[in-house]
Amino acid sequence: MSSVTVDLAESAAPQARRSGRDQSAVKPTPLFTRRRNTAANTVASASDAHSPARSTVALRFLPYPLVVAFTAAGFVIALLANILVPQIAPVEFKQGQLWILALNGQEAYQGLLVILALVYIAIGLADARKPAAAARFRYRAQFRFAAGLALAAWDIAGTKIQSLPQPFFPGPAQVLEPFLTSGDYIALNTFYSLRLFAAGFIVGVILGVVTGVLIGWFSRAYYWVFPVLKITGVIPAVAWMPFALTLMPTPFIAAVFLLVICSWFPVAFLTAQGIQSTPKMLVEASRTLGASTPYILFHVAIPHAMPSIFTGIGMANSLSFLTLIISEMMGQPGGLGYYIDQAKVWSAYNEILAAIVVMAVLFSLIMKLIELVRGRVLRWQKGLVK
Amino acid sequence: MSDVLTSPVETVARSDERAGERPLISISHIERDFVTDNGDVVQVLSDVNLDIARGELISIIGPSGCGKTTLLRLVSGLDQPQRGTVTFKGRPVDGPNPERGYVFQQGSLFPWLTVRENVAFGLKAQGVYRQRKDEVDEYLAKVGLTGFENAYPHQISGGMAQRVAIARALIDHPEVLLLDEPMGALDSFTRADLQDRLLDLWEQYHMTMILVTHDVDEAIYLGNRVVIMSPRPGRIKKIVPIDLAHRDRVSDDFTAYRKALLTDLHFTVHGGE
Repeated sequence: MSSVTVDLAESAAPQARRSGRDQSAVKPTPLFTRRRNTAANTVASASDAHSPARSTVALRFLPYPLVVAFTAAGFVIALLANILVPQIAPVEFKQGQLWILALNGQEAYQGLLVILALVYIAIGLADARKPAAAARFRYRAQFRFAAGLALAAWDIAGTKIQSLPQPFFPGPAQVLEPFLTSGDYIALNTFYSLRLFAAGFIVGVILGVVTGVLIGWFSRAYYWVFPVLKITGVIPAVAWMPFALTLMPTPFIAAVFLLVICSWFPVAFLTAQGIQSTPKMLVEASRTLGASTPYILFHVAIPHAMPSIFTGIGMANSLSFLTLIISEMMGQPGGLGYYIDQAKVWSAYNEILAAIVVMAVLFSLIMKLIELVRGRVLRWQKGLVK
Repeated sequence: MSDVLTSPVETVARSDERAGERPLISISHIERDFVTDNGDVVQVLSDVNLDIARGELISIIGPSGCGKTTLLRLVSGLDQPQRGTVTFKGRPVDGPNPERGYVFQQGSLFPWLTVRENVAFGLKAQGVYRQRKDEVDEYLAKVGLTGFENAYPHQISGGMAQRVAIARALIDHPEVLLLDEPMGALDSFTRADLQDRLLDLWEQYHMTMILVTHDVDEAIYLGNRVVIMSPRPGRIKKIVPIDLAHRDRVSDDFTAYRKALLTDLHFTVHGGE
């Protein structure tokens, strides 16, 4: 080993000699900064595929303060429509309680519009100093304005004159009503769903990753488990519901079981695929660098499989929402699916829509959370065009 | 390029001094077959014999399919021969080991690790990272990558990526560096730069290097000896010692070597059938 002892003093000479030919050796930092900026730009333009500059032709010449006003204007119009258009259809607004406020649906809707207008004005002002954020705000102004108009139209058609078939298409005020009259109950059911989802999805993903790694890494596990996975995996999890409800001690555990198997399959399958597709060269390179087989599994194969694992988690996530709501509709003592099922009996379509609104928000947040974790784990992929 | 004085005369003298010494790597009577998908047996290497002394820089050249990469893989331990033996410091090679560093053609960096983490991989895998952390930056400096530590492989150029791969192999203090066409995918300027860097490292560490290449100029420019291989089955056709006063690609000596090698290779490709 003495023949390869590191001698730093010696290295100075060749460095100096090289400097004439290789600029990058001398001044690497500015070059890298430029490169990294380029990468960052690529990321930005890739994620904002519908880039602000190109698409906001209609609003390009509008001064920014007017863009902010325009954004809020849609909701102000909706508010004016609600106040000024006379109530023609006979609708009874029930009084409810929101925290310390006694409100009916109509008042809650008006309050919501005021809040929306104020929130967008606040966001618009906060974004004013950041060019990229301001451009994004400008880009979205038309859509937000249109959303306000759509609310106004919905309000008039659904509540004011009720030209839409009732009770299937209640207006915005009626959809908000359940949050006032039975807000606690909705919150309770939301919590039930969330708890069920968390238990089933997390256990399913963990099991999926573990089996996927085993199948992908050990040929014996692949031989015995993979065919089973392939056959049972295509069966929609809810098909097992009668068994689950009969064999599991509580309905909750039965639903957890269904969520586990529905998220287990895609995660296991894609994890196995990711592990198996580890390039041979990376494994060989690790071996020449002195890595043991377990080290290669944990530091080469699993990191390599990460993008694939997250694809599986994304699939599992969508399947879990589906399984969650269906199993709640078919045999749970609570949850948003249960809430919808109960509302259906009374033809309370406004309550069903209220639950759907909760789902839209809740599931979007969960997906956003997973997306954040994914972005963090796979940050090395940033700017990498695949 | 003549500013890189590797004084091959001295090197030759050094290997003469050690003539009595046991070779660092000894390849004897190697046979390696592969079975293709249709069940045909293809003989890739047939009766290959080669002794390599400590401190030598051997170029292995030959047309594609002559088994030169297979030979390098046998030396590293990534592959095993059916017959014959490869010994390293007198012991048979039975698997890859960091004392025989290996640099692949391209794309062998871990894309999820930064340049720095790639270089540190071997230290971490062997559990000595904590003690030898500082060496990572030393080796990055050695291959001229200071300032790029936190870049990911897809953010750097092909030439830089190969320098990372070389630093990653060198940090394990290998006694021999096995280079499998490390410059094969690079443009000629980057290639010339990397060749000089390799020579610098070879000089500096008094290291043994085996370079597989398909580039005649590269083989002559870098090698103390050029091993010419012929295909189907791969065997050693000829070993040409290179004795250049200066590593000058346009000198008469260099041109003469090139002419001789090309003649041999031409014969290898067409006359061998």
